[in-house]
Amino acid sequence: MSVLVYTEINKGQVKKSSLECVNYAAHIAKQLNLPVVALVNNTSGAPLTDIGNAGASKILQANNQAALSDNAIASELIENAAKSENAKVIIFAFDTSGKAIAPRAAAKLKAGLVAGAIDYPVINGTSFEIKKNVFSGKASAVYTILSEVKVISLLPNSFKTVLASNSAQIVDFNPSLTTPLRIKIKEIKSNDSGETAPLPEAELVVSAGRGLKGPENWGIIEELAKSLGATTACSRPVADMHWRPHHEHVGQTGLAIRPNLYIAIGISGAIQHLAGVNGSKTIVVINNDKEAPFFKSADYGIVGDAFSIVPKLIEEIKKFKANQN
Amino acid sequence: MKILVAISNVPDTTSKIQFTENDTKFNSAGVTYIINPYDEWYALVRALELKETGAATQVTILHVGLTDSEATIRKGLALGADDAVRVDADSSDAFFVAEQIANYAKTNNYELIMLGKETINYNGSSVGAAVAGLLDYPFISLATKLDANGKTLTFEQDVDGGSQIIECDLPLVVSAAKGMAEQRIPNMRGIMAARTKPLTIVAPTAAQALTSIKSFSLNPGRTTCKMITEDNIAELVTLLHIEAKVI
Repeated sequence: MSVLVYTEINKGQVKKSSLECVNYAAHIAKQLNLPVVALVNNTSGAPLTDIGNAGASKILQANNQAALSDNAIASELIENAAKSENAKVIIFAFDTSGKAIAPRAAAKLKAGLVAGAIDYPVINGTSFEIKKNVFSGKASAVYTILSEVKVISLLPNSFKTVLASNSAQIVDFNPSLTTPLRIKIKEIKSNDSGETAPLPEAELVVSAGRGLKGPENWGIIEELAKSLGATTACSRPVADMHWRPHHEHVGQTGLAIRPNLYIAIGISGAIQHLAGVNGSKTIVVINNDKEAPFFKSADYGIVGDAFSIVPKLIEEIKKFKANQN
Repeated sequence: MKILVAISNVPDTTSKIQFTENDTKFNSAGVTYIINPYDEWYALVRALELKETGAATQVTILHVGLTDSEATIRKGLALGADDAVRVDADSSDAFFVAEQIANYAKTNNYELIMLGKETINYNGSSVGAAVAGLLDYPFISLATKLDANGKTLTFEQDVDGGSQIIECDLPLVVSAAKGMAEQRIPNMRGIMAARTKPLTIVAPTAAQALTSIKSFSLNPGRTTCKMITEDNIAELVTLLHIEAKVI
């Protein structure tokens, strides 16, 4: 028996959300007195060391290109691992690929899934309870998983990753699969500048809205982000008017993010926007309208003109960073 | 090509969220219900466009729920769907709902199954991929564009770090995200026609819920916003470092 965790690689490194999952699996495994088995595809070397250091005692190393482009094949690979390792609990990240793969694998294994868990499960004998956000972050619900095998997908940025020295046994894992490759990738469009963390994984985010008046004014937003090492985001109207690219849009219809720090500049804080950011640990709102609803959902606020406040903030951050070094 | 669009009945985005019966049930008193926006604006509207261009022959709405969701189903018919089916069962477990959709689609030969990327009440993003798994169909997630050329469909979808253009043959399941279509408002003719369009009620297929909700709680909101004056921005940086510990 085991706790199985599905991990992924991005640009040669284990995804941050995957390391969180391995840590999380290790926590559950300790309670159940079971080993942590990690499944990883298409990598070797340093990432395997990281997965071991995050708490896996065994790593199943697959080499399957088709599973990278078709989630049905990735799912079959995991179903195989779940059976061969007699997995009692299976952990995924609740990210783009985890959302496509985890429900499929769970349905195939007839295992109950809690998608977007925010806490460790409470396990008492056969009772297995786990908490997740509902109503777009306005509430949470405690779910009971009724099946024998439990599947959990973990909301990214819910836990800090801890790495400790630990070496894992590495085993080749290439079972014969029956699912044909049916999804053909014709073109990949990257919007990854490589300079900052991708938005779903970013710990610091600087976001701006219509209050900036036009795309030509984003220089100060980018400069503020750069001074902090933050990733930039925007509100829906800004993306709809093509002032900023679609992939920067956070909110109900865009990305839901939960960074440590979210700085919102010139965004009024409509309920749909809050739905995408209210999981942030700390929220700073800068707005010239003291009645802006966003102040009710913020930790720190400054009322005033962004065009005079932001340059001052950049200056103070630079001073702070200089003192830190 | 026959299209099955699965819709969910959810509280309006601006609804006050409250619970009842010792925090075990959502309190629907005074709440307006709508078609889950992702199911409506993106999946259903794109399905209707495919019918208008001749790529699809029929658009059916499928809903798993009880009698109180009929107004929501009629709205979908008013937007232009040909007919609707309600599977008469409570819809709280994603796996149970997926079993119902998969069973209906298979029995009635739907080749394209469309739904939104998530519901705004449970936010699980689970039903589409589970339906695809149960039917052994491919699953296209987070599609922002969908075009049909005979049996081959082309999609653009969001992936980590960007987007990609992919091709896949029918049958398949797709989850729709922003960009696939634009919201429509039903017109008077549509609303009148919806009253007489077929709405079939079917009994659920046998399936076991694999999860249940034990209790709900409201997430604590932020209680106080500390206001900082423009001439004292250094204080904000100190607070972020010392108090919030985020920089």
